Amino acid sequence: MNTAYLGMPTFPRAAAGSVRDTRLRANLTHATHTIRDKRAAAVAEIDDWARLRQAGKDIKDRTLRHLDHYLLQTERAVTAAGGQVHWAADADEANRIVADLVRATGEREVVKVKSMATQEIGLNEALAAEGVAAYETDLAELIVQLGEDLPSHILVPAIHRNRGEIRDLFREAMGRWGRPAPDTLTDRPSDLAEAARLHLREKFLRAKVAVSGANFLVAETGTVVVVESEGNGRMCLTLPETLISVVGIEKVVPTWQDLEVFLQLLPRSSTAERMNPYTSMWAGVAEGDGPRAFHLVLLDNGRTATLADQVGRQALRCIRCSACLNVCPVYERAGGHAYGSPYPGPIGAILTPQLRGLQSDVDASLPYASSLCGACYEVCPVAIDIPEVLVHLRERVAEEAAGHRRERAGVRAATWLLDHPAAYAAALRAGARTRRLQPERLRLPGAAGSWSASRDLPRMPAASFRDWWRAHRARPRDARHGEGGPGAPPFREGGEAR
Amino acid sequence: MRVALFVTCVNDALYPETGRAVVRLLERLGVEVDFPAAQTCCGQPQYNTGHRRAAEPLLRRTAAAFAGYDHVVAPSGSCVAMVRDGYPRMGDRARAEGRGDALAAAAAALVPRVRELTEFLVDVLGVTDVGAYYPHTVTYHPSCHGLRTLGLGDRPLRLLRAVRGLTLIELPGAEECCGFGGTFAVKNEAVSVAMGRDKVDHALATGADTLCGADNSCLMHLDGLIRRQDAPVRPLHLAEILAGTKADRRPPR
Ligand code: SF4
Repeated sequence: MNTAYLGMPTFPRAAAGSVRDTRLRANLTHATHTIRDKRAAAVAEIDDWARLRQAGKDIKDRTLRHLDHYLLQTERAVTAAGGQVHWAADADEANRIVADLVRATGEREVVKVKSMATQEIGLNEALAAEGVAAYETDLAELIVQLGEDLPSHILVPAIHRNRGEIRDLFREAMGRWGRPAPDTLTDRPSDLAEAARLHLREKFLRAKVAVSGANFLVAETGTVVVVESEGNGRMCLTLPETLISVVGIEKVVPTWQDLEVFLQLLPRSSTAERMNPYTSMWAGVAEGDGPRAFHLVLLDNGRTATLADQVGRQALRCIRCSACLNVCPVYERAGGHAYGSPYPGPIGAILTPQLRGLQSDVDASLPYASSLCGACYEVCPVAIDIPEVLVHLRERVAEEAAGHRRERAGVRAATWLLDHPAAYAAALRAGARTRRLQPERLRLPGAAGSWSASRDLPRMPAASFRDWWRAHRARPRDARHGEGGPGAPPFREGGEAR
Repeated sequence: MRVALFVTCVNDALYPETGRAVVRLLERLGVEVDFPAAQTCCGQPQYNTGHRRAAEPLLRRTAAAFAGYDHVVAPSGSCVAMVRDGYPRMGDRARAEGRGDALAAAAAALVPRVRELTEFLVDVLGVTDVGAYYPHTVTYHPSCHGLRTLGLGDRPLRLLRAVRGLTLIELPGAEECCGFGGTFAVKNEAVSVAMGRDKVDHALATGADTLCGADNSCLMHLDGLIRRQDAPVRPLHLAEILAGTKADRRPPR
């Protein structure tokens, strides 16, 4: 996968750093809260949202079950329309295919319309190694590229930046890549957009090769679909002579009719719009209209392996709307970079470790990057049960990853105790006896230390509930009145409850 | 009606007062409560940390301990969510792994009888006014599992609104997770604490003197933060508010 993410710290460490970055947190909180409220309103407008969501889920599930069939159908349709299909098993193969295609044109630069798949495979870096410059044309991607930064959100890759930061970046870096920003640039959104427009226009008019991703592929006609908000994508898709689309194999839907569902689900979930501003669709090539050569690179890169996992495969339903990021309290505090992948947030926590495998420490830490609060599942337009997959992947980590042997031993001991109520009751009694000796604010070692560094420990009660019950209630039923019965004073033995 | 109290391990070990409050409350409402001592823990900590197989003995234990009761009541939405969502999943997985139907059958027999306390009060007993008295300002944090997995809706709020003397103040950002999340609280301490502090700040902004919840594990996390910063709000389980009456010699603080 993308070399840019190599050497990332594990999620807890990276997140601990972001939590301290007050500006980052302010930027993120502001942005995510604004969009989440808008999304809720946009979704509430549709009275059959639940059924639409179910339809989206069902279409994706059925397509994934017969993925081989629909991919072959796609290949036939694309070929019949004058395009060429390439199959890429992994990132290296995909990068090699694209690099060869670009080299064959004799060009040294390409324009790109936002594509997560190419970030996933590290295409820009691979092209740079071949002496080809790749220019991002999506505004947020441009900001990320100019800042030599990494994307931190699916939809708004520069969500971690505020307007002032973006103005400074434009002033400082645009000149190095092409047309510089005017010296008088302010941080007004319209000014920033105008500077980007002029900068990008130059590139659109010059570029002979474009690289795109896709939101959907329609099997019956071989149609590639990109939805976007700025129109820059449409420039990429129509002006150049050669168009190369790199698309994950899970993006296929069987028919045009299926699009009807997703073109409703996606914009409302992602930008809270009723309809996205630009929907571009193309199939193969057409004489005198648009690119003269079209290549579709179908990318596996871990998807088939994900499909083999019966619980985990639901992650492949994802339509990258980013609704789950915008409601996630963990994402809001940790920021997108902490996830060490172009796919951050809740979906990243289940998709990345499945695509990349659980071998690295950062990937093995991702399934734990959630409090399992369920807000992501609630908003997901294709009903991916992200908490279920997280727990399932934790199971795989506990089995496969090396560092979990100690935890496994501890869990086994705890389960034994809990499966032997007499021993359990004795342990509770021992805890109660020593409660006066238990400090509430001591720095403890190990996992207890992670608790007590910032939180007081709970106060131990004088007696467990079961001991109280045995002392006061576990008597013959008819002798039960009196103390503790109806109207009696509350049992207060042992004083403070909390 | 044979009703068993599923007190849950956190309450048993750390918050027995909550268990006693449930007993007092249900008895006041005419329910005969039993506490099967064979119960321990639902297995959620094991399951959610990725040790599904280690949770299986606890599924069997829990199902056996409550066999024969018409209703099983627990003052913890997250443990009820574990039973309702997790147990059938564990049964399905055992079956898929070729280990027979026993676990799935145990889960299926238990699930329909288990209810979170507010579900039991509102849906089974049909009461929202439980005759409680609590002369304080209260704000309510709906824990995630109760809110989303169980869909408790406004049941807790309806119960609280009927309490004499109680002023209910809406909690800003109520539906946001407090950051406890079981082992998340220690595995991702920094984020967990950041989430918890925001929750505490929201509670303090209401000016309420009591932060009420229906899950002591979340309250334990918040209480740890509140005591560390000596914040002027007291976390308290809903059951303890509902259990108090004017007739009590010493009303709950
Ligand atoms: S997982 Fe669901 S909510 Fe998250 S980006 Fe994918 S489709 Fe959207």
